[in-house]
Amino acid sequence: MSFQAVVFYVLSLILIVAAFRVVTAKNPVHAALYLVLAFFTASGHWLLLQAEFLAIALVLVYVGAVMVLFLFVVMMLDINIEKLREGFWQHFPLAGTVALVMVAEMVLILSSPEANLAGFQAGPAVAADASNVRELGRQLYTVYLLPFEAAAVVLLVAMVAAIGITMRKRADSKYINPAEQVRVRRNDRVRMVQVQAVKPEADSASDINEQQA
Amino acid sequence: MELLQNLLGTEAGLAVWTLLKILAIVAPLMIGVAYLTLAERKVIGYMQIRIGPNRVGPKGLLQPLADGVKLLMKEIILPTKSSKGLFLVAPVLSIMPALAAWAVIPFTDTMVLANIDASLLFIMAITSMGVYGVIVAGWAGNSKYSFLGALRSSAQIVSYEISMGFALVGVLMVSGSLNLVEIVNQQGHGIGGGSVLSWNWLPLFPLFLVYLISGVAETNRAPFDVAEGESEIVAGFHVEYSGMAFAVFFLAEYANMILVSALTAIMFMGGWLSPFPASWGALGASGVIWLLAKISLVLFLFLWFRATFPRYRYDQIMRLGWKIFIPVSLVWVLVVGAWMMSPLSLWN
Repeated sequence: MSFQAVVFYVLSLILIVAAFRVVTAKNPVHAALYLVLAFFTASGHWLLLQAEFLAIALVLVYVGAVMVLFLFVVMMLDINIEKLREGFWQHFPLAGTVALVMVAEMVLILSSPEANLAGFQAGPAVAADASNVRELGRQLYTVYLLPFEAAAVVLLVAMVAAIGITMRKRADSKYINPAEQVRVRRNDRVRMVQVQAVKPEADSASDINEQQA
Repeated sequence: MELLQNLLGTEAGLAVWTLLKILAIVAPLMIGVAYLTLAERKVIGYMQIRIGPNRVGPKGLLQPLADGVKLLMKEIILPTKSSKGLFLVAPVLSIMPALAAWAVIPFTDTMVLANIDASLLFIMAITSMGVYGVIVAGWAGNSKYSFLGALRSSAQIVSYEISMGFALVGVLMVSGSLNLVEIVNQQGHGIGGGSVLSWNWLPLFPLFLVYLISGVAETNRAPFDVAEGESEIVAGFHVEYSGMAFAVFFLAEYANMILVSALTAIMFMGGWLSPFPASWGALGASGVIWLLAKISLVLFLFLWFRATFPRYRYDQIMRLGWKIFIPVSLVWVLVVGAWMMSPLSLWN
């Protein structure tokens, strides 16, 4: 076996175990962390395919950003694991059927002669020192410009919608306008009062001290 | 290298040679981290008119070793009801990215472990994983203080990563490459044929500032150290850690500081290029010494910030990140784009 084959099988083993644990882990935080491991291993697979830009982008976007926020939410939820698992066998038939249908679809598509997997050619070989990123950029902004821009618009709309849905004025918000804070002068906050020094009388000395403090 | 390949065969020789190179990077890095802690205590000490540690060894120079031995001797305590596996994995998760990123950092145009094409992207991806150490540490310890610290810290890291990314977009636009070696080489020509003025810090000055300050926030250093906030949450996400497990977090924080300083030096301050004209002989020659000098300069800024500025309030941190840095860097990316297309472009 070549070195690359060994790496492929090791990565695949980790990926399968991690993906399986995502589903079976009892604790949702553990499940989310296994999902991170699965993403990371999948990016290793893409590196083997010499798609370094995609591999790094997968780590950057999914591992570095999406899953962090996901973990955030999962950690802060008060999840009762026992309750979550109660309905497992009740829902199992439906879930099992859906899973079976999905597997059957995949097998049918991938094994059908029309898919022609055996005849699938890797992209035209590029020189060893050619820049993967440069080539990707050229393709995106020339050949696939329209789909690329359409995807960008869809993402923009999704972003605006997400902000629009979650943004509402709260009555108990403690928002402070920083401009007003900066504009505050000493006289707005503190009044300096000239207090005459008084010689304390012997019996009420402690009272006066307290008042001054 | 050829000796090793003759002794062990081509592939094994290459592997051993690479391991030696990794050792040649990591060992000085760890010594640098140890002495950065001493430098921090000394510098802040003198800024506050104190002497700083001066008992162990001459002038206190052996203090980091004493600290290390002390931490090695201490017991690692596992809190009850903690998630034990994750609790022990968290320090590893936090130091791994801080070390792995050094694989692509160039010290001169030939002295680099892996001169890969997308090294800038690699660094962004690897450093974005550092936040997992923080989150997992905060959660696995089963403690409210550490969890609060982890939430604060990771929210801050995620927010500042965006402005940091945009600042780097500006750099890679003017360099036309994602390769760190080319980014430095590109800074060698421009205004004045490759003087201090042609380095990226001047034409990209807003991005330089955004990157530098975001770097301080990314590493959770003062004045952005609410994640530790000793007076509020008693040291934040690593409050449950003791002994060497705590020391690993400590190493990771300082290794990250050195990494951010190195990146600032490479992207904006001309890396290993000399600030003097080439006609000055030895002073004008580029070399690794200049990179180290620039890294030290940025590290000194880190320490200086810590001794000078009061801690930011949490909402001020978020406002600075989202409402100031992101718009500034976005606008400057547009400006740079227009500038490059105009006849006034510096980067032809």
